[in-house]
Amino acid sequence: MDLVWELLIILLKIVVVVLLFAFPIGSLMTLLGDRKQSSLIQNRIGPNRARLPGINHPLVGIPHFLADGLKMIFKEDIIPRQANRFWHTLAPAISLFPAIALWAVIPFSDHYCTGTATMVDYRDVCVDGAFYNLFSISNLEAGLLYVFAISAVSVYGAAIAGWASNSKFSLLGGLRSSAQMISYEVTMGLSLAGILIIYGTLNLNEMVVVQGQLLWDWLPMWGIVVQPLAFFLFLAAMMAETKRAPFDVPEGESEIVAGYFTEFSSMKFAVIQLSEYVATVFVGSLVSTVFLGGWQVPWLYGDGFYFGNTDEPSIPLPYWLVIVLRVGSFSIKTLFILWLQFMLRWTLPRFRYDQIMTLGWKILLPLSLANLVITAFVVLVLL
Amino acid sequence: MSTHNVTVVERPRRNLWVQSYLPEVAKGLAITSRQFFKNLLTGSDIQTVQYPEVKRDYPLRYRGLHRLTYRDDGQVRCVACMCCSTICPANCIHITAAEHEDTSIEKYPAEFVIDELRCIVCGLCVEACPCDAIRMDSGIHAHPFYERDKAFLNKDYLLDLGGPSTAVQGGVLGSRSAR
Ligand code: SF4
Ligand code: SF4
Repeated sequence: MDLVWELLIILLKIVVVVLLFAFPIGSLMTLLGDRKQSSLIQNRIGPNRARLPGINHPLVGIPHFLADGLKMIFKEDIIPRQANRFWHTLAPAISLFPAIALWAVIPFSDHYCTGTATMVDYRDVCVDGAFYNLFSISNLEAGLLYVFAISAVSVYGAAIAGWASNSKFSLLGGLRSSAQMISYEVTMGLSLAGILIIYGTLNLNEMVVVQGQLLWDWLPMWGIVVQPLAFFLFLAAMMAETKRAPFDVPEGESEIVAGYFTEFSSMKFAVIQLSEYVATVFVGSLVSTVFLGGWQVPWLYGDGFYFGNTDEPSIPLPYWLVIVLRVGSFSIKTLFILWLQFMLRWTLPRFRYDQIMTLGWKILLPLSLANLVITAFVVLVLL
Repeated sequence: MSTHNVTVVERPRRNLWVQSYLPEVAKGLAITSRQFFKNLLTGSDIQTVQYPEVKRDYPLRYRGLHRLTYRDDGQVRCVACMCCSTICPANCIHITAAEHEDTSIEKYPAEFVIDELRCIVCGLCVEACPCDAIRMDSGIHAHPFYERDKAFLNKDYLLDLGGPSTAVQGGVLGSRSAR
């Protein structure tokens, strides 16, 4: 009976995270981030013509996004004659899978405490009860490794899509995306190695818990505070991973039409696009988990706000409100990083291909190595 | 030294500050986010004209559909001299001349058809006309037509768009130009 219960909860978590968080935000970003935000930056209005029946208001363009979905569904699905039917059909699924699977380890809030939660030494403790994992799909010990592994797999989707469509544009796009991903994968891993040394854990939820510690009794030990350089390196590497401007050579509209998904149409096209956006949202959530304190609200612990290491909270709050605040804080941080990503996208001109490689191998990689060495040294001296 | 008026533009300095990229990115972000929030909150910099609801005024000399002007007595002003149809690079003005009862006028166009589908809106016909009979100042945008024959604008239609010419008949400066 317990097992069934457990399975049900996991299923529910998957549904909530994927269908109510990752997908809606990801696909809404195609509209709000890509089209509305860019239009405001460029002094335009953006999509505002489509209307929902009966509502004569543009609703910040959301009807457009529904109309796009409808249009995608009813478009003809074209498979080029010389393409490899099997892989061409499978490629969108292969690119969507990692984008969804990544969400398995993201903690949306701390584990649920069945007893009374309180704070000891800036850590939540659960009196008369146990912590129960309710706010991340899976509380994997090797959470961060899992993220690296799965996001490395995501290159297969692009590479296979490019190869299977039997088009030179697609093939070039696929090759470029593999080259780019491989170059930035290294930086991504190395820039987080410093964080690993400091937090001493791979478990993402545990990482967030550690970020609740305070330096000098007032400064939350968020990743961006202890590893500012790694934050920028990681953000750059992750943006390159999502194949978005300024790192959009795999798509390279001005050179190779749409890169690896040139030959995709209808829902296959939509799925590839969607997986990119879901991956973009994931970057936001990962950066906020590792560097911005995840679900932590500064100075907020199990039963309220603590200013100083006291026994009683300075501002006591009920446990449910703490959870709401934490989930809210995580979502806001994620959205903020997302906003920043799109802002960067519409600010920076795109890199040339060789510049991307130079940036990846000659600048980011040595910097992340240096960051790792210095962090290791500092940790060795201080601890 | 040379007296040429030369402005020397210095090459951008690529010092470490610029090359390290982050400060420049921050500057760029400052500009774009300023614009973003300004337009999000006030919309004051938005340049878009919401076209079908809001129409931008055409400039005074905008070349719209042709019109034929008429004389003071309401007759067509054109004397069927064929200057316009000769100069028309698109060859889209078709005039059938006829003899006028008034011998001082001699000729008038019995038919005057402009093929709007072929017209390239160059305005040469207006330039060529010796008696200010054809003009393009109706202010009407050359619009699409549902049926092909509707695009052949005939004399009546062109006259309906028209009005009296502002030029003076007979070429003498008189009271009309003063009006
Ligand atoms: S505007 Fe040019 S093309 Fe059109 S009718 Fe006049 S001369 Fe011909
Ligand atoms: S419109 Fe002017 S140029 Fe053309 S035939 Fe008539 S008088 Fe001549």
